[in-house]
Amino acid sequence: MSGGQLQTDEQGRLRHFLSIEGFRREQLLQILDTAESFAMLPGRQVKKVPLLRGKIITNLFFENSTRTRTTFELAAKLLSADVINFNVDISATSKGETLLDTLRNIEAMHSDMFVVRHSASGAAHFIARHVSPGVSVINAGDGRHAHPTQAMLDMFTIRRHKGDFTPLRVAIVGDVQHSRVARSQIMALNTLGVTEVRVIAPRTLLPADVRTLGVHVFHDLEQGLRDVDVVIMLRLQRERMENALLPSAHEYFQLYGLTAERLAYAKPDAIVMHPGPINRGVEITSEVADGPQSVILQQVSYGIAVRMAVMSMAMGNSSGEQDS
Amino acid sequence: MSNRSFMQHQAILDLIQGMARITRRHLQDRGITQPAMIGIHTGGVWVAQRLHQLLQIEPPLGQLDISFYRDDFTRIGMNPQVKPSQIPFAVEDRHIVLVDDVIQSGRTIRAAMNEIFDFGRPASITLVTLIERSGRELPIQPDIIGLEPPLADDEHIRLQGPDPLILEISGDPGNRGDA
Repeated sequence: MSGGQLQTDEQGRLRHFLSIEGFRREQLLQILDTAESFAMLPGRQVKKVPLLRGKIITNLFFENSTRTRTTFELAAKLLSADVINFNVDISATSKGETLLDTLRNIEAMHSDMFVVRHSASGAAHFIARHVSPGVSVINAGDGRHAHPTQAMLDMFTIRRHKGDFTPLRVAIVGDVQHSRVARSQIMALNTLGVTEVRVIAPRTLLPADVRTLGVHVFHDLEQGLRDVDVVIMLRLQRERMENALLPSAHEYFQLYGLTAERLAYAKPDAIVMHPGPINRGVEITSEVADGPQSVILQQVSYGIAVRMAVMSMAMGNSSGEQDS
Repeated sequence: MSNRSFMQHQAILDLIQGMARITRRHLQDRGITQPAMIGIHTGGVWVAQRLHQLLQIEPPLGQLDISFYRDDFTRIGMNPQVKPSQIPFAVEDRHIVLVDDVIQSGRTIRAAMNEIFDFGRPASITLVTLIERSGRELPIQPDIIGLEPPLADDEHIRLQGPDPLILEISGDPGNRGDA
């Protein structure tokens, strides 16, 4: 499921954005640089640019996620594209339509891009392999596999606050095992060349092959936070507790909840990130989430600029015939 | 054919000095006392930086990257070196002096004017270009021109810079004079 060749054209330009895997450092930096230009737009009288005027973008969500869908929708609209929201769990598949049938139907509506969210790993890759030439696919989260635009908005946030990636130590705390965000983050951080990526979690929430991802593993939060520049908290999903991977939310908080006292082990200027929505009192205290080191709301704003960059780059390189 | 140097740094600075004089008179004739200036990336910004200084324009220089407004985006894709546009003054009701290095098709200026209007409604736009050359595809003409060199259709002129500034010509001069 590397998708390396699938994601770029012969010149290495973006066609689909399915996972961080397969991209080189310069390609990721180019996404961040393009996003910088889009991040300036909110300061203007007219916040839109006409780049994707006349294009149709379909949000194809097989799994509910209002926040992610809304930021993709806003990004598309700020690029002047028209947007269709297609929530499949409540329509077609319940009538026995296959994924491919759904795809063909929406393609017949002349969509130029699909933004895909699916509970099965590899769904976006599958769709990218079957769309007509000239149609782009963006992965908005597939199973436990990847959520590359979330990872890139996190990288954008880190670069805005820290400048250079190379000297940084970054800690990712929480349910790495079930997190597509964590996988994409680890890959992006290593590609961008940070000094160290740490994961901090109980054994039950770490994948067996975690060390092969290029991380240092800690089971003790205070130890793991020592001298880090960036703390990324992951959302703890309640169903993990029901599956007996964790004793209780209270006990999890005792061991892995981020409090002001624990954050003090990190560097004094460390930033705190979270993909949202946050569980106050489970993985993070309100004091930290709303505190001066938290950049959680900036992540949301930057997410729009990063998604605009990815969408416009993929769309600009996918319009069928090239013509000089 | 390799690039041929057409004009060197000092000659270009002299040219810009002349443009500054004409621009000052042009603005005076129109009763414009407090203009603001915007340069178009990349060459237009280099020219604008010098004009901005010579004309002692008060608001800081604005910079436009028109990549998001190009009309050939779906054919050539995203410019990999896109820079943020920065206009550090209010465009609304302001007299704008727009500066570019070379005007040919006029499409860059069309894109730049569209972008300026997304920052606000200017009172007026005056267009200044270092080089005017043949090949216009839109009804857009500069108000102030530095130089109008005779170039063949297959020749390209480029401003290299920022320090030193050099004008270079490439391409085939074969049918020069047709235009």
